[in-house]
Amino acid sequence: MARKSTTQRVVISTIGAWFFGFLIFFPILWMVLASFKTELEAFAIPPSFLFFHWTTENYATVQERSDYFHHAMNSIIIAGGSTLIALLIAVPAAWSMAFSPTKRTKDILLWMLSTKMMPPVGVLVPIYLIYKTFGLLDSRIGLVFILCLGNLPIVIWMLFTYFKEIPRDILEAARMDGATIGRELIYVLTPMAIPGLASTMLLNLILAWNEAFWTLNLSTSEAAPLTVFIASYSSPEGLFWAKLSAASTLAIAPILVLGWFSQKQLVRGLTFGAVK
Amino acid sequence: MKRFLGAVCGASVLLAVPAMAETTLTIATVNNGDMIRMQGLTGEFTKANPDISVKWVTLEENVLRQRVTTDIATKGGQFDVLTIGTYEVPIWAKKGWLVPLANLGADYDVADLLPKIRDAVSVDGKLYAAPFYGESSMVMYRTDLFDKAGLKMPEKPTWDFIIDAAKKLTDKNGGVYGICLRGKAGWGENMAFLSAMANSYGARWFDEKWEPQFNTPEWKTTLTTYVNLMKDAGPPGASSNGFNENLALFNAGKCGMWIDATVAASFVTNPKDSKVADKVGFALAPNTGLGKNANWLWAWSLAIPAGSKKADAAEKFIAWATSKDYTKLVASKEGWANVPPGTRTSLYQNPEYVKAAPFAKMTLASIDAADPNKPTVKPVPYVGVQYAAIPEFQGIGTQVGQQFSAALAGSMTVDAALAAAQSATEREMKRAGYIK
Repeated sequence: MARKSTTQRVVISTIGAWFFGFLIFFPILWMVLASFKTELEAFAIPPSFLFFHWTTENYATVQERSDYFHHAMNSIIIAGGSTLIALLIAVPAAWSMAFSPTKRTKDILLWMLSTKMMPPVGVLVPIYLIYKTFGLLDSRIGLVFILCLGNLPIVIWMLFTYFKEIPRDILEAARMDGATIGRELIYVLTPMAIPGLASTMLLNLILAWNEAFWTLNLSTSEAAPLTVFIASYSSPEGLFWAKLSAASTLAIAPILVLGWFSQKQLVRGLTFGAVK
Repeated sequence: MKRFLGAVCGASVLLAVPAMAETTLTIATVNNGDMIRMQGLTGEFTKANPDISVKWVTLEENVLRQRVTTDIATKGGQFDVLTIGTYEVPIWAKKGWLVPLANLGADYDVADLLPKIRDAVSVDGKLYAAPFYGESSMVMYRTDLFDKAGLKMPEKPTWDFIIDAAKKLTDKNGGVYGICLRGKAGWGENMAFLSAMANSYGARWFDEKWEPQFNTPEWKTTLTTYVNLMKDAGPPGASSNGFNENLALFNAGKCGMWIDATVAASFVTNPKDSKVADKVGFALAPNTGLGKNANWLWAWSLAIPAGSKKADAAEKFIAWATSKDYTKLVASKEGWANVPPGTRTSLYQNPEYVKAAPFAKMTLASIDAADPNKPTVKPVPYVGVQYAAIPEFQGIGTQVGQQFSAALAGSMTVDAALAAAQSATEREMKRAGYIK
């Protein structure tokens, strides 16, 4: 009897989980479906779910009007570059704060987090002027730099909490055996922190990929990533929902595929450590 | 040695020939149909001007506004041509942010620009932007539903007629609503419509001393009429409907009438986009007999920011894109119904255009009926029909729009919305130093 009720519970919770999963995924599915409709069908009331005239015309129009690959390449460079640099700075920072804390470590951590509390638009004009002076407007380096700085507090916090979970004794044992700081970092700490590092990297990559404030405001055409590509299809006077959906589908495709293949690490990393 | 000398001579001859310096223009624009068409036809411009190449930056209207405002205020110089509206032109021109357009060419024919539109993009008689397409607002209605209900739309309807007709056309069970109007909060969304409607009821944003006027009976009548009308004859969830949502509803045959931008006329009569393309009639925006119709005036225009180092090439491009020849070019490639409307008198005298665009006459009459310099029944200190051309208006207009949208949604009363609008506007105007 107990067994039966457990099976029942598993079935119900599985159905429930699938239902909520589908509910959360539905807007993305709807966007993908709309990208294969004609403009007239995209806003049809009542809307048609699957039985419509499927067309790839929107994708052709989008590719003809704007250079997808140019924007996608910029997104890869900007998101990837800012993530790598952020990790290079954050790993030693988090390591020192986790294993050699001082009186001020807590304050520093809170101060770093507090920088995320200010709305970015508050510093738009000063940053714009600095970028103008240094010739960084519409440059990939400029965007890598600002996204790296923007995400650094989160990256350090995440890594700090992962590192805190690693028992100090293991590191001490390594030191007893004569390991230098470099060896300790590479051979002891890194292998143990790989799930944490991987999920921090992925999360940062997603945050940088989706960042739309600085990328829209500091780029024009040369360094414009996919956020600018999507923004160019939103129209206040005209119904271009199907084309907008096609542009959005193309923009999220790379990160969706990456997320799909790395979901195991992502989940493992997110459930490991204190950030849960 | 001879060979060497020859090579040197040859090289110097090559160097002496001036290299054709290519100027690259960066043009910021919105994603509207006419602009996309212009983007597609850029090849014709660069063919005629091989020393100029063009890069496009297309953005959503609000993003574009923020982006170009930051750039122009900091003299960032990222853009050479901007697409701006009639709201920005007088403000930016007075700040010295725009280059006056004095060299558009002998054959440009400035006198051919529609006088109201030309006024809206000029300051002290100088043209600071060239209108690319102009619009007013008008009533678009379903002729078949009017016939069925035994109604006949007058050319200049009154609000009483519109309200009565909207109720008669409403068939909520059949999914048809008498009237679709903007409800989404924003200075360019619901407030564009409501400010124009208020003008027809004798209301105004500010009196001659810049005192906000939401505590006047005229505003109360306007907002009460609007909320009641939408409750009786509007579609559900109207407080989140803007231009695009209403366009979708009208094209799907859900609206008996729709009062909105004249540019919508070409969308609702296009059989590729609309289910009711052959059943649409047009009339002037309604009035209350006080001498002002509920219609606005707007023109998306091309201007050169003061920070651009390529002003000459930029002006060449602007002259091309807003010329009579450009209109002819679009007509030859895409048909007369698709040419950018509302900027030139000659277009409305062209029999081919009038034949291809059944809405041409009413568009022109609507533009002529709006006066940005004298927008209201009572005198006002500002310029602009559906906005007051002061820098603070964007913020104030959106705050007031949120209150009015809440009144439409039923989450606050008309009186409460007007009181909130009055106090918010007073606060902002005091802060900006207009009133004490």
